[in-house]
Formats: sequence, C-alpha cells, structure tokens
Amino acid sequence: MSKNFVDFERPIFELEAKIDALQNVSHENDVNLNEDITRLKEKSRQLTASLFSSLTPHQVLKIARHPDRPYTHDYIQGLFTDFDELQGDRFTSSGSAIIGGIARFDKQPILVIGHQKGRGTKQKIHHNFGMPRPDEYRKALRLFRLAEQFHLPVISFIDTPGAYPGIKAERHNQSQAIANNLKVLSQLRVPIICIVIGEGGSGGALAIGVGDQVLMLQYSVYSVISPEGCAAILWKDATRASEAAQAMAITAPHIKALNLIDDIVPEPLGGAHRDVAQMMQNLKEVLRHKLAQVMHYECDELLNVRYQRLMSYGALQSDVT
Amino acid sequence: MSWLTRLLPSVSSQSEQRKGVPEGVWSKCDACSVTLYRAELARQLHVCPKCGHHHKLSARQRLEYFLDDVNYTEIASTLQTVDWLKFKDSRRYKDRLTAAKQASSENEALIAVKGRLCRLPIVVVAFEFNFIAGSMGAVVGERFVHAVNVCLKEKLPLICFSTSGGARMQEGLVSLMQMAKVSAALAKLTDHHLPFISVLLNPTTGGVSASLAMLGDVIIAEPNALIGFAGPRVIQQTVGEVLPEGFQRSEFLLKHGAIDMIVDRRHLRMRIASIVAKLIRQPEPTDTKTAIN
Ligand SMILES: [Zn+2]
Repeated sequence: MSKNFVDFERPIFELEAKIDALQNVSHENDVNLNEDITRLKEKSRQLTASLFSSLTPHQVLKIARHPDRPYTHDYIQGLFTDFDELQGDRFTSSGSAIIGGIARFDKQPILVIGHQKGRGTKQKIHHNFGMPRPDEYRKALRLFRLAEQFHLPVISFIDTPGAYPGIKAERHNQSQAIANNLKVLSQLRVPIICIVIGEGGSGGALAIGVGDQVLMLQYSVYSVISPEGCAAILWKDATRASEAAQAMAITAPHIKALNLIDDIVPEPLGGAHRDVAQMMQNLKEVLRHKLAQVMHYECDELLNVRYQRLMSYGALQSDVT
Repeated sequence: MSWLTRLLPSVSSQSEQRKGVPEGVWSKCDACSVTLYRAELARQLHVCPKCGHHHKLSARQRLEYFLDDVNYTEIASTLQTVDWLKFKDSRRYKDRLTAAKQASSENEALIAVKGRLCRLPIVVVAFEFNFIAGSMGAVVGERFVHAVNVCLKEKLPLICFSTSGGARMQEGLVSLMQMAKVSAALAKLTDHHLPFISVLLNPTTGGVSASLAMLGDVIIAEPNALIGFAGPRVIQQTVGEVLPEGFQRSEFLLKHGAIDMIVDRRHLRMRIASIVAKLIRQPEPTDTKTAIN
C-alpha cells in the first residue's frame, strides 16, 4: 500500500504495513510466514469491507479526492490504446487542466477528454490542479467539434474541484465558455459517455459532462458547489463541510436516486486506488456495454433522446403550459 | 399604462404596495444619498437622476416597465418547488421557501410571461432576486424551458432579465443540471432562428451567468452591474490580491468583449424593441407608451 492514506484509512494502512514487514522478513530470512500473512491479509480485507460498508458522504469525498486515486491519464492508459494527445485551444492557450486526444477502445477510434489533476507539485501546477480556465473549455469544445467532424464517439472523464476562480478567467469570460459548451454538447452529433471518476465540481464539471450516458464511479462525488463552499455560505463556516456534504447528497447512490445519472460503476474493495487494474477491468466492461448502447442509435434519434433526458432533470408536474 | 397611471405614477407601483414598502414622499438614493421625490424616482424607473445609480427592481415591476401593459399571460405559473433533499442548514429549505414567498410576493425566483413590446408579441422571463437571491432550482429551470417552448410553438422572440446568485444549493445537483437543461432549450431556439436577448442586471453570477445569461444572441447589461462566474470574494481568496477597480462590472465586461452594450434602464425598452424588430425583420417599432422623460 502507498504511503498516502486519508484519516479513516489509518487502521487499514497500519495492517498493510505489518503485512509488508512480515513479507520482507520472510523473504530476507527465508522463513515461511505464509500462515500469518494470509491471516493478516484476511483481517485487512474484513476491516476494509467493514469500514467501506458505511462510509459517510464526507468520507466518500475524501476517497474521491484521494491522492492515489487514478486520474484521467491513468484511465486513458488503462482503457485505451494508441492515444494521441491533441493540445491547444487554437487561440491563445495550451492549458492542461483538461487533456484530450484520439485513441482506440477495443480497436474502435474514439475521442477522449478529461480533467487532469496531476501528481506531485510540478504536475499539479502544470495541470492547474484540474481546475479549468476558459481557454481549456474552449480547447474541449474544439475537440468535441473534431469528434463530430470525424464521427468519433466521445468519452469524457470528470474529475475537478471546479472551474478556476481567477481574474484572468473572468476577463476571458469563464461564464460564456461553460455556457457555450453546455449548449453545443446538447446537440453534438456523436454519442457522448461521461464518467465522474473523482470529483464532479459544479459548472467546471458539467462543461464537459453533458452526454447520452452519465456514469459515476462508486466513490466519486458530484455537487453543485464544493461542500466547503456550501458550508462557507450557508453555515458561514467552511469547516462544516462534512454537514454540507451530507445535506447536498453528493454521493453516487443519492444522485442515482434523483435520476440524474444512469449507472454506478463498482469500485474494488477499499476504492479504485487499492486495485487500479481491477478498476480498469470494471470500467472497461461497463464502457463496452454503454458504448454499444449509444452507438446503436441513429443520430437524430440519439439527439432526441439526449434532449429528453436533459429535460427530465428535475422535471415537475404542471397543469398549465 | 393608462392616462391615469401616467398622471399619477405612484399608483402604478402596485408591487411596492404589495411588499408593504412605506409610502413616503421622499426617498434617498442608495449610491449618492441625494434626497429624491419618490414619484420622480419612479418616473425615472428607479434610476437616480443625479448619479445614474440603478436601484433594484422586483421582477414584477420590471415587467410592468418593460411591456406595453400588464395584460400578459403567465407561463407555467403553478409549478411547485420540490424539496428533493429535505435540505437543512441553519434553516430548513421549506422554511426558507416560505420566507422567500413572503419577501417577494412571488412563488419562485423566475416569472415567465407572454406579452407585448411595442405591439410585438414576445415572451419575457425575469428573475426575482428577493426569492433566495434569484437562485436557479428546478422550478426556475422548468419555467424557463416552458417559456422557450411557447417561443418555439408560436415563433416568438425571448427576452430574459437575469439577476441571480447562481444555482440553488438547497436543491443540490438537481439545480446544477438546470444549467444543462436551459442551455439545451436555448439551442432549440437557435435552431429555429428565434432571437434570444439576454439582459444582465445587478448581480448575475454563478450557474445562471454560466448558462442562459451568457447565451444571448445579443447580450445587454444595465450600468455597473456585477456580472461574473465566481464571486469577487472567492476570487480574492484564491488569488490573494486586491481585485482591480471595476472588476466584473458591466463596463469591464464590455471592454473585454463579453457583452454587446450597456443600456440605461430608461432606454432599455425601446432599445430592445428596436433590436428584436430588426432580428425578426419587422418594421422599426414606435413607442406605445408615453416617453418616460
Ligand atoms: Zn444617486
């Protein structure tokens, strides 16, 4: 297990450290400790299962933001072949909070796009912590248009704390950049599958999150504002994020119950970061199934279904027009 | 407006009476503190004649000023707010809604109507800031879509007056999804070559700014309105420096190419009528209401 763990993972981490130590001893001294190791492994498994059977929304949030959680680039490596990264918004910027390009999924050419958070200080800064600026939404738009031009289905990975709140971002009209993507995506003439892999942070997430199938990984979150932001406004105290996370219903099962997503992709025991290969396998299977489903539609029908699903979000009964 | 209301402008401000604002004779400008004759301020559509400050208007009053008359038909007015999450912070969402209804005399943060502008039939939607900061939840999104549908069905232009803090947190992700919903509806309007005029009022931020408000074929702002995605306080905390003078104000947006024009409220009606008439290739309209000034 990595040295990164979030607070409530500590007991698991300590057990895993013990297992590692035993394995080292066994290896170096050539003694058979298999029985002990197996016993501890089982104990660790049970402990993880028990901890993860009743996570609070705030704990899920911590897993969604886990530093070891696979990011968009990991999914690109794990799910696709022959990836060519395509860069630049063609106006002024080469920002990388959103990355994208063309690749193959089961030999089928696709366009992939996603927020990239970056690991380590240098990469984090390079990717602006996964917080897109207007230029990056326009880069995304350019790639969506490319997909449309060449009839490539779009697979979009969502993982952002939110749009970057900065002076330049406002000067470059962040609002318009997001709004325009929402409008264009609603009519983009290729199938779109969106997967929230970590944090679905507000408009910054939605700007690449309108599609024909929207999925969430089991321990990802999706919210209208960050729990910290919500707490700062409604509780006047950003440290009450845990209550805000609870109140806003940010976890996958809650959001599925509101009919705002189509499916939840199961994660390995303890979360995606505990068994990345298994996570890739789980998602690959779901993606195969979903892609076949959306590719089945003729284009106008696809757009019609997409429109109807957008209209269904928070639809209300009315007795007048 | 009838001849009577023209002669007695204070009679026309029904919404003020509804809100129970005391009917004093004198009023002070919020910006320059000059003392103004209340009837004169109303005649100026609540724009200070001395400093030009645009005071807040209720959505209802906005419609009265903007449309030819108050013989408008409301669209989807009976939609009921749903407390999807049984949301509670320091107050229950249900209680907030009750308070908001009282504070605004409206049942939600958006009014949608079909009416006439210089005799042109149009659909107008207006945000009510006194209703939970004009925030967009399911009713606002749904009502907006109904308004778009009336436009599509009857081939009418759409005009929107935005003033909003953004998406409504108390409805969680349902409110975020309204951004996608209203944007998709506006794409249909574009398909049908029907104009959408977006008017930005003080303040217009967050999810409303980042969806319907910035999707106007023509975007107009009232002077000195705060318009942006992130709020200035959040930006200041992030960048840790003092924000430039006039940042996120209408004039800043105009300078940086985000909007088409800034129009004084007293000229909005005729300016929009003229723009709409050209876009739908109709003759230049003449005012059907006596000029305000
Ligand atoms: Zn004044």
